[in-house]
Amino acid sequence: MHMLIELKNVSYIYEQEPPVTALEKINLNIEPGAFIGLIGHTGSGKTTLVQLLNGLIKPTSGQVIVDGKDIGENKKGLKDIRRRIGLVFQYPEHQLFEETVYRELAFGPKNLGLDKDEIDVRIREALNLIGMDFDKYSDRSPFNLSGGQQRKIALAGVLAMKPGVLILDEPFAGLDPRGRKQLTELLKRLHEQQNISFILISHRMDEISYLATRILALKEGHIVLDGSPAEIFSQPEKLKEIALDIPQLTEILFRLQKKGLEVRSDIFDIEQAADEIIDKLRSRNIC
Amino acid sequence: MLKNINIGQHIPGNSIIHRLDPRIKIICTLIAIISLFLVSSFPGFFIYLAVILTIILFSRISVIRILRGLKPIFFLMFLTLFFHAFFTEGGAVLLEWRFISLHQEGIMRGFFMVTRIILLIMFTSILTLTTSPMDLTDGIEYILKPFRRLGVPAGELAMMMTIALRFIPTLLGEADKIIKAQKSRGADFESGNLIRRAKNLVPLLVPLFISAFRRADELALAMEARCYQGGRGRTRLHELKMERKDFVALILVLCGGVFTAVWL
Repeated sequence: MHMLIELKNVSYIYEQEPPVTALEKINLNIEPGAFIGLIGHTGSGKTTLVQLLNGLIKPTSGQVIVDGKDIGENKKGLKDIRRRIGLVFQYPEHQLFEETVYRELAFGPKNLGLDKDEIDVRIREALNLIGMDFDKYSDRSPFNLSGGQQRKIALAGVLAMKPGVLILDEPFAGLDPRGRKQLTELLKRLHEQQNISFILISHRMDEISYLATRILALKEGHIVLDGSPAEIFSQPEKLKEIALDIPQLTEILFRLQKKGLEVRSDIFDIEQAADEIIDKLRSRNIC
Repeated sequence: MLKNINIGQHIPGNSIIHRLDPRIKIICTLIAIISLFLVSSFPGFFIYLAVILTIILFSRISVIRILRGLKPIFFLMFLTLFFHAFFTEGGAVLLEWRFISLHQEGIMRGFFMVTRIILLIMFTSILTLTTSPMDLTDGIEYILKPFRRLGVPAGELAMMMTIALRFIPTLLGEADKIIKAQKSRGADFESGNLIRRAKNLVPLLVPLFISAFRRADELALAMEARCYQGGRGRTRLHELKMERKDFVALILVLCGGVFTAVWL
């Protein structure tokens, strides 16, 4: 299921007047099983980058290589690439179109040419993964669901294609704190249990730091930072330079350090951070 | 996929043709179109060709750009030529085979009509190429104003056109995004026969319509929140003002029209 994605010297230029260079000579390896957080200011090239990965747009120069094969080479292979690399766009609920949830979820698998029984199995699986009851929801119109549920259905529509890599573009946009939390936990569960690699674009540093195993920061079409969350968020000045911030949790831990409490600053889980703070306070007999 | 769609052909510029009052440009184009139908001989068309070439020169738009506008009506031109050539009788017979015959008169008439179509397109292209869609709507609104007494809602019509123009790029962007999203789900928009292709458009059109309705709703609300209540009493940021060059242009064109009606 896992696959390796490589970008070699990839540039992308939007042909318009004047031409806009969205990406410039990007070299990147995306290792199997990773959870990559892609951060960057608006217009830094994040969305362009992920569209290159599943062949929706072709690089102006350079190669996108999936499992050793250049995806630009044969057009027929594109469908297979798109099956294996699922892409969930910003506001994915805006692409829903079918009369029932069932048929909506069947769209992807049907395009893959699967037979009816297999499609049925996959729909049940996908609904199960996102935690929605098959009997309750499969016959309902997706348009009568709440915004958060619609987004989950759109996500399930891609999950039903069983991708090995799942790319999400701003999945938290417009969700309330509860919806955000649910989605975060869902993504964590999918990454851990379903053997899916993730690439997550988001401005939400809190969620990114909690989920990602590796963070890439883009600025004006270049990768400017690449490392683990602990590495990236230990350099807040550099993040400020590219108009990004550190997670709230890291901010608090840093401030505690400044006040003289020797807590670790590389913790991105609230519970763990709380334990760490209590631990350190206890060791100094404060509480 | 949607890269080739070009809405509104306006080429920004600062030539005297660009700066003419849009009302004058519209009226002049109308006069030119009517006059073109009054022309009854080839020499007349030569004069018109000279005139339009002069205007193009003044507008600093490349002739190639204007000729490119003829491409979509190529078929229509061919059809016109064909029908006139084969269904007009008179003059020397050039070709005869069973019931089909080709007369000299027919060939002449065919080319005459095609020339007229080419000139018509050139005159109207120069209007749309040198006038921004916004100016065009403004111009149309002014011209329709006198008809308001007859119940023509000039202001509302103009507002509708403006909104339509404003949202074409937005909807194209939206369509592009939905196409990409559905392609990511394995959709195929580019192969299969006509019926299949039409069917494959459903996953694009349904979300597109929903989004258009949503935008319309939001826009209506936003307009009401800003106290929009129809065109009445609305003032504008850029008032159209007639200048000397506009009057000169109008007089020139009127003279041209009269000249055509009397002599050509």
